[in-house]
Amino acid sequence: MLAVRGICKAYGAKRVLDGVELDLAQGESLVVIGGSGTGKSVLLRCILGLETPDAGAVLWQGQPLAGRRAAFMEGFGMLFQNAALFDSLPVWRNVAFRLLRTMPKARARAIAIEKLARVGLGPEVADLYPAELSGGMRKRAGLARAIAADPKVIFFDEPTTGLDPIRAAAINALIRGIVDETGATAITITHDMSSVRAIADRVALLDRGRVRWQGGVAEMDAAEDDYLRDFVAGRARPMARGPQA
Amino acid sequence: MNPARLTGRAVIGLTRLTGRVTIFALRGLAGIGQHPAELARQVMQIGWLSLPVVGLTALFTGAALALQIHSGGERFQAGDVVPAIVAIGMARELGPVLGGLMVAARVASAIAAELGTMRVTEQIDALVTLSTDPMGWLVSPRLWAALLCVPVLVGVGDVIGIMGGWLIGVNALGFNSAIYLSNSWAYLESWDVVSGLLKGAVFGLIVALSGCWFGMTAAGGAAGVGRATTNAVVAASVGILAANFALTGLFF
Repeated sequence: MLAVRGICKAYGAKRVLDGVELDLAQGESLVVIGGSGTGKSVLLRCILGLETPDAGAVLWQGQPLAGRRAAFMEGFGMLFQNAALFDSLPVWRNVAFRLLRTMPKARARAIAIEKLARVGLGPEVADLYPAELSGGMRKRAGLARAIAADPKVIFFDEPTTGLDPIRAAAINALIRGIVDETGATAITITHDMSSVRAIADRVALLDRGRVRWQGGVAEMDAAEDDYLRDFVAGRARPMARGPQA
Repeated sequence: MNPARLTGRAVIGLTRLTGRVTIFALRGLAGIGQHPAELARQVMQIGWLSLPVVGLTALFTGAALALQIHSGGERFQAGDVVPAIVAIGMARELGPVLGGLMVAARVASAIAAELGTMRVTEQIDALVTLSTDPMGWLVSPRLWAALLCVPVLVGVGDVIGIMGGWLIGVNALGFNSAIYLSNSWAYLESWDVVSGLLKGAVFGLIVALSGCWFGMTAAGGAAGVGRATTNAVVAASVGILAANFALTGLFF
């Protein structure tokens, strides 16, 4: 459904992505892992067209995405690392942002409240502003916005960063539940191994701008790649060996 | 490095920047009508909420101008010209320039800070993922609101400035109220007012464009937003003064 072909991206002399290749089937949940600064977020931004790659292409349903980005975005949702809620709008308007273009306000608000409930936020949150929410609540509201229009493709950028383990587990369970329920195709980027185990059908390890290893989540523990084994176990490695970029 | 090469590089950089800002402005202006509710919100923010600061500035400027003209005019027995000079000075020059500068201080900084924060917290990226053009949603309403509101603010400021001169003229300088007002009106030509309003429109565009440009191109976290805000106010203020010189030369 979604394929990344040879994506390269450099900032000056710093090569962040160096020929990334990925394939994603319909309804599959792929988790991209890798150390800090390995280009995971840049990869998502290149797929979305928020950054222009130096080389390579993204294919959607077998065709280049570049010319059909508007159609792709119509069925797309994203949870940003810090939720990226619009400060000037109340929570329900954030969640219903896309819906308000196509339906009356009352209907959009009702759906927004329904989606907020889906992520565990009550209707009393709907009229608050993002600045009045805790970090965990913002993340949930961001998740509600990502799924508000029942997208076919969802990206999750570091969904549990900055959350305590209990809230992180709740977010992981929500994401898995949403992906299973809606049949959406999902890419999650994280370095949180509990998220990987909870969310992933398949895992790709990004290192030095390339996909170093990929396989099913069940195969991850038995993999022979030494960097992956250390990453999964959380073992320290000499800094020089750490991912560049 | 070779001075010619340095100069050439600077000229190319400036030309490139001018082109980018021009395209940015045209794209912003072309987005008119996409989000009328946002335009209404910006009219409130940029127009209505700037009224107190522009009004107070005009009031004190008109009053001070009356005192200055009276004091200076007395040297050659021309103290009677106070009403006409205050009216013409406010309408042609001081109303638009000082009004524009006050709006620059208040609005360019606010726009740059808001859009800059949205940029560094990925809110602008979020707009793109929600199939919304940031230029149409964020930039266009601000450009049009400033373009439409600042001339109105200038017009209101002209009236308040003339009233400031009248207050001082009648209460401190011994002018007869009716004669002061009729003299103000008698020497004022329609082009004096219209040229000031046109200047206001240009200054409004400069203010909003500076705020939007530096906000949308902000990078580097809180420090980047701070730099964007400073640059927006400096660019808007210098831009207003430079444009005022050019427009005054063109109009008169």
